[in-house]
Amino acid sequence: MSVLVTEAAFDAGAELKDFTAGAEGAGGVVSFTGVVRDVAGGLSHMEIEHYPGMTERAIAAMRDDAMARFSLTAARVIHRHGRLAPGETIMMVLTAAPHRGDAFAAAEFLMDWLKSRAPFWKKEVTADGAEWVAAKDADEDALTRW
Amino acid sequence: MIDVLYFAWVRERIGLPKERVETSAATVAALVDELRAREDRYAAAFADTSALRVALDQELSSFDAPLAGVREVAFFPPMTGG
Repeated sequence: MSVLVTEAAFDAGAELKDFTAGAEGAGGVVSFTGVVRDVAGGLSHMEIEHYPGMTERAIAAMRDDAMARFSLTAARVIHRHGRLAPGETIMMVLTAAPHRGDAFAAAEFLMDWLKSRAPFWKKEVTADGAEWVAAKDADEDALTRW
Repeated sequence: MIDVLYFAWVRERIGLPKERVETSAATVAALVDELRAREDRYAAAFADTSALRVALDQELSSFDAPLAGVREVAFFPPMTGG
C-alpha cells in the first residue's frame, strides 16, 4: 500500500524489506523513520489526533507530487495516530529511485510536507498534564525550498 | 445544513468534535462570525483566526473562501505531523 494511516504499531524493518522487494528497477532506496522523542523529559506518551479521510487524501496527494517531481520508481508513507510511548515509531517514508539523489530529495520533500500539511496534531502528556505541540515556523519555512 | 468539524485544541475549547450547522453564511469568515456570536466557548476558540486553519470538503482552504456547495468545514490549529 502506498499510503497507510494506522493506529497499529508497525515493524519498520519489515516495511523496508517489503518496499525494497517491490521497488523494481530501483538503484537506491531511502527510508526515514520518525520516533517519539522525550524532548523536555517526563513524557508519559504522545496522543496523535488526525482528520480521517482528509489525512489519507492529503498524503496521497503529496505522494503523487513526489512521484511527478522526482524520478522515483516507488514511494510509500506510513503514519500512526492514537497513543504512542517514547521510543515508538510514529511514521515512515520510503522512496525508491534509479539514483540516490532523487530518493533522498523525495524523502525530504515528503517529510517537509507531512510536517506542516498532513492533518495530524500531536499532544504531549506528562505527569503535569497535557499540552498540544505548537507548529514550528521552521517547519513552515522548510516548504519554501520546494 | 453543513457539517462543521473541530480538531485538537479547537475541539477541546468548543467541547465537541462535530456538529451540523444551519447557516446561510456566504464565506468561511461569515460562518466564523456566526459561530463566535453563539457562546463564549466559540468566541474563545475563534478569537484569533490567524492561529487557525480551515479545510473545505477535506481540502485546505482560506477564511475568505466561499461556502457555496460545501458540505464539510473543518477548523483546526496548524498541523504537526511527521
